[in-house]
Amino acid sequence: MSTPVKAPKPGPQAAKAQPARPKAPRPAPPIGAPAAAPVLTGAQAVVRALEELQVEAVFGIPGGTILPAYDPLLDSDQVRHVLVRHEQGAGHAAQGYALATGKVGVCMATSGPGATNLVTPLADAYMDSVPIVAITGQVVTSSIGTDAFQEADICGITMPITKHSYLITDAADIPRVIAEAFHVASTGRPGPVLVDIPKDILQTEAPFVWPPRMDLPGYRPTTQPHGKQIREAAALIAEAKRPVLYVGGGVVKSGAHAELLALAELTGAPVVTTLMARGAFPDSHPQHLGMPGMHGTVPAVHALQKSDLLVSLGARFDDRVTGRLDSFAPDAKIVHVDIDPAEIGKNREADVPIVGDCRAAIAAMIDAYADPGQERLKTWWETLDDLRGRYPLGYTDIDDGLPAPQYVIERLGALAPEDTIWTTGVGQHQMWASQFISYEKPGTFLNSGGLGTMGFAVPAAMGAKLGQMGRTVWAVDGDGCFQMTNQELATCAIEGIPIKVAVINNGNLGMVRQWQTLFYDKRYSQTNLSTHHSEASPRIPDFVKLAEALGCVGLRADTADEVDAIIAQANAINDRPVVVDFTVGPDAMVWPMVPAGVSNDEILYARDVRPNFDDEGQI
Amino acid sequence: MTTHTLSVLVENKPGVLARVAALFSRRGFNIDSLAVGETEHPGVSRITIVVGVEAGSLEQVTKQLNKLIHVLKIVELEAGSSVQRELLLVKVRADAATRGQVIAAAELFKARSVDVTPDTVTFEVTGNSDKIEAFLEVLEPFGIKELVQSGTVALGRGAKSMASLSRYVSPNN
Repeated sequence: MSTPVKAPKPGPQAAKAQPARPKAPRPAPPIGAPAAAPVLTGAQAVVRALEELQVEAVFGIPGGTILPAYDPLLDSDQVRHVLVRHEQGAGHAAQGYALATGKVGVCMATSGPGATNLVTPLADAYMDSVPIVAITGQVVTSSIGTDAFQEADICGITMPITKHSYLITDAADIPRVIAEAFHVASTGRPGPVLVDIPKDILQTEAPFVWPPRMDLPGYRPTTQPHGKQIREAAALIAEAKRPVLYVGGGVVKSGAHAELLALAELTGAPVVTTLMARGAFPDSHPQHLGMPGMHGTVPAVHALQKSDLLVSLGARFDDRVTGRLDSFAPDAKIVHVDIDPAEIGKNREADVPIVGDCRAAIAAMIDAYADPGQERLKTWWETLDDLRGRYPLGYTDIDDGLPAPQYVIERLGALAPEDTIWTTGVGQHQMWASQFISYEKPGTFLNSGGLGTMGFAVPAAMGAKLGQMGRTVWAVDGDGCFQMTNQELATCAIEGIPIKVAVINNGNLGMVRQWQTLFYDKRYSQTNLSTHHSEASPRIPDFVKLAEALGCVGLRADTADEVDAIIAQANAINDRPVVVDFTVGPDAMVWPMVPAGVSNDEILYARDVRPNFDDEGQI
Repeated sequence: MTTHTLSVLVENKPGVLARVAALFSRRGFNIDSLAVGETEHPGVSRITIVVGVEAGSLEQVTKQLNKLIHVLKIVELEAGSSVQRELLLVKVRADAATRGQVIAAAELFKARSVDVTPDTVTFEVTGNSDKIEAFLEVLEPFGIKELVQSGTVALGRGAKSMASLSRYVSPNN
């Protein structure tokens, strides 16, 4: 038998009745001491950490082992989860979000197949230095290593394609690990970080300490360039007669476009922007020669080849830029600025290596530059202007009754609203989008450069749009690429992410077909995708019907005449995703072209047309 | 192709050896020998790697290694300015007729016999790889039944220690 206590216990009132005593001074809490840490489950800690890190969007799909994390996610007002249709879409969307906003993109997946489906976007983000954090569920700690259901050693699998990875073994580590993951992903040379969390850890309670103390003694990226090297670089630029600023993705990542513009105008040097740097320097600027490399402009490729000083800014001498390395820019001294010391000297020895953030380095070079005037560059510019005049980017219509793909892309660019963000897949349409759309601002051309991932465009556009809801996002895609990831249009339609997709539909794996035309005697092995209407077969699939089935508006343009009107129609739709099927001919090719494995001097302006450089024995 | 000895200080975290080893194979470098152990600092391990590379590649190896988050510091130890040792255990045929010769040979190399049977003697010997190789050549005619070798471990000569120079100093410098 219990007796309820009715009488109030002697409380503070009773204490007050005591004679007042002078208060003992209370020791002040040490500054910065955390209040008593709340105890959270691992799952709650994950979501809370994401909130503390100001994460707005997570792209993912739940499954068995990540399930606990999805429960607190339901209650988060701050973190929006976008339920994708395939984990690869989650990863590319996180990349698109990161590239469009400059923040860290986040994707989430369950163990086993969920995690392995993230492998492609992780590899893509690693190659193109995109800051993303992937959070994956893992089988319970006691089952690890037993080939349990949906078990995959995702840390092991992704070791070569992540900047860093974690397998959490203690729930108390979650806040620290997530904070470190974001820090590592977004600083130094950005890249993907994977956090693998066993299900039992997500269910275990532990104190949530925030901000956590990061423990990364071996991670201190060098951001401030060395003053002596900067002065040497500035002196070389001032002496060079044929300098070129070779601009890579690092300039975009470090936000150095304003500094780049200032350096270019101060020195008067020509500028080339790689595929990853399109937009880092305005295409309309008279000092811009365009993109270098395999499908670069004749003046850009030639400028690198004949240069006496390459100032490489956040670029990595990729084989698609250099062609045959031993004949690349043979007379050039190299100033190489990169935040990753391992890039310097990897492919080409640098005369002046500068490890540091591009923005800081360019700003320091401007300060150190003793302006000798631009008179000495006169001959150089005469040569380059002559090439620009004789070999502009262009295309000839193929008389097949269908609009030229280059024309479609050019019109897309011309009619797009201001500040449109472009994403692409990989192949001919990607190269044409780089060539025939004018980019004036950084972060407006997002594509898969290093890994060359077909299917990047649609999910990346979804992520970019979510990060920049006020801007138009156009995905320029091929009919091959589009069939790899178009399921994310369902996500876009349901989640209210109205992207626009231009399918440059030539009915073929166009770039592969181009190589078969040029190097395999027109033997078209396995490149016809049958997405064109013919006597033999209808369009499979019919992209208009497919778009409609996915909750989008589907449009089609079959003739050059209707291209503008259809683009205008697509631009006017902002409440739903739009897909435009542009039927184009299969025979258009990307020019100029440096065939694989040869010197850049062998650039072809068009089929069998080598530019006349007038340079035998000169320069 | 030249051989280099790298001493790598790493945080003693799960998977760190796998990361280091995987990096070598991924970037196309060959590991001749590898030894790992704890150091005077709790939580810090030392990996000694002997690697054969073309001249320009050594810099690339160390730069790539430095990018691993758990790698704290890398030093190349030159043969002249460091002590480099391997451990060899070797079981060699030695019956009553040959045992005396075998033991005499071993004494020249300061090898210790650690196990004896009527037909074999097992020796323990430490030294640099040249010495180990020479010892094995001498034993060869008697018949080597089994041998096992450790990776090279190495320490710089002089008063300085690698970790005190570098504890948590940026490995990029």
